[in-house]
Amino acid sequence: MTGAAFPIVTQGLNHWFGVGEARKQAIFDVNLSIEAGKLTVLMGPSGSGKTTLLTLIGCLRDVQDGSVHLLGQELYGASEADLVLARRKLGFIFQAHNLHESLTALQNVRVGLEVHGASLSGKRSQFEAASAHLLGLLGLKDRIHYLPGNLSGGQKQRVAIARALVGNPRIIFADEPTAALDKESGTHVVRLLKQLGEQRGTTTVMVTHDNRILEMADRIITLEEGRIVDDIPVAS
Amino acid sequence: MTAILARLLGRLPIGWLQLLHNKTRLAAAVAGIAFANILVFVQLGVMFALNTTILLPYTLFDADIIISAADANTLTDGSNVPRQRSFEAMSVPGVASALPLFVGNVDWTRDDGNVTNLQVLALDPSQGAYVIPEIRNKIANLLLIDTALIDRMTRGADTDRLALISPDNPLTFETRGRTLTVPGTISIGGGFSSDGYMVTSDQTFLRLFSSRIAGAPNHILLKTEPGFNVDAVIEELRLLLPDDKVKVRTLAEAAKADQIYQTTERPTGLIFGFGVVMGVIVGLVIVYQLLSTDVADHLKEYATFKAMGYGQSFFMGIIFEEALILAIFGFVPGLIISSILYQLLNSATGLPVMMDMARPIAVFLGTIASCSISGAIATRRLASADPADLF
Repeated sequence: MTGAAFPIVTQGLNHWFGVGEARKQAIFDVNLSIEAGKLTVLMGPSGSGKTTLLTLIGCLRDVQDGSVHLLGQELYGASEADLVLARRKLGFIFQAHNLHESLTALQNVRVGLEVHGASLSGKRSQFEAASAHLLGLLGLKDRIHYLPGNLSGGQKQRVAIARALVGNPRIIFADEPTAALDKESGTHVVRLLKQLGEQRGTTTVMVTHDNRILEMADRIITLEEGRIVDDIPVAS
Repeated sequence: MTAILARLLGRLPIGWLQLLHNKTRLAAAVAGIAFANILVFVQLGVMFALNTTILLPYTLFDADIIISAADANTLTDGSNVPRQRSFEAMSVPGVASALPLFVGNVDWTRDDGNVTNLQVLALDPSQGAYVIPEIRNKIANLLLIDTALIDRMTRGADTDRLALISPDNPLTFETRGRTLTVPGTISIGGGFSSDGYMVTSDQTFLRLFSSRIAGAPNHILLKTEPGFNVDAVIEELRLLLPDDKVKVRTLAEAAKADQIYQTTERPTGLIFGFGVVMGVIVGLVIVYQLLSTDVADHLKEYATFKAMGYGQSFFMGIIFEEALILAIFGFVPGLIISSILYQLLNSATGLPVMMDMARPIAVFLGTIASCSISGAIATRRLASADPADLF
């Protein structure tokens, strides 16, 4: 199993919340290899550990026990500096859009590019153009100078998606990204993510309940009480 | 502004945009920092005024060395010094001359009925070389008994009347049972222990203060001969004179010691020193409160940035950016209002409450430093937490 074919590999992954008497295990012995360039969906009832698993493999939580190999790098025991660098290769789309309220749509997306410094996709002067272009692709051409407070829920979510995509991440993690979108734009967004996977080999891991998305998934993993109970590759 | 900052920082000026987004809070923060600045400025102004006024009487004399009683901390307190010390001092090579100095306090009941306290400095009027030119020019007037020069900067005095005083148009007033004639004025300015100054001859002094005798002045001033090292002469004097009875210092040392004594051991000085400390602490608390609330309010947004791969230095950058902007925005009105308050204090108290060059710089740097440190402390929580726990 190389990093190239399987950008995410977990072995014996366990996770607990709380300390002492209140300590409760949320993830039990998860062994998982996720293929490159595919759309993998995590499902399960609420409290089943989907989001916890997503944040563990997405560098947003320290790995307590077991191993997570992300793009050839071990996350267990990784330093804060390594984690910061690893996060830059990822794109995160959150359930709540988590946009910065003081920044316009364009500026929010630009922050996603600036994290790479001037090394990625040319000069800083081009950041604005690249950000505006992507917002245009997501149908927000006329809204790029709006503050999040003046955008609808669906528009905010699309800005958040643009922010995650703008740095050309190797892996995209999405936690119920279509919850705030209507049927049409939800499908549009997932199609865009799938298209990226095919063109650039971007891997997508998504937590969702949305049936429309399940139809487009390459693989569906079901969790219950912190364990993988079902793992179905979907023939496309 | 945004574009300039973006160019300056090489990134989006997120701190500036955050501040600008909530203008009510920005106004409150600027007002808070301005208030903290004013607090510190006023306390510093009063304390420096105290420091300055303590030195003022010393600046009237042109002498190299001062002999004071061992228990004297200021010009006015302590025992008297026997006049024989001046004769003993004259025996030391390098001592050119000696002059007894008498110090006391009188009440001046002015024409309007108000009472002013004047500190009296008395010396032999034939020794004009011992005083600064302004007094030397008028000292001949004091050869007559019951004449005095008074301070035209005296707190509460009728400055228009004092300005008209001349030998042809003197002022007279009664004090301690004698009628004094004032043929001229000098300019010194009152302090915390008296409202102003009065210079008389030693003979007038002894008539005013009948309990004092010519053989026991408060201090003895010495002049050294050219070519002699003052410190070496002082060493000789210390060997000769009993150190449990008198202390021998340069005039500047005596002034400095007086200043230290009055600011660290007298209630007035302690209160103003304490005021500065309190001002700084209250200022720090205000600034910390502002910055930490701001960080707490943006924690979710910062957590998102952290999830995107931004490191701690990025957040520190945002906080420093905010700290600097707030420090500048708060400092400008703070300085302007403080300068106005200085003027008001100056005219109300007659104390030299004045702005110098160093103080605004020190207060500004202090504001930036406390803003930055407060911000750095406030972002610590962000450094230790997993991004996923902050949403």
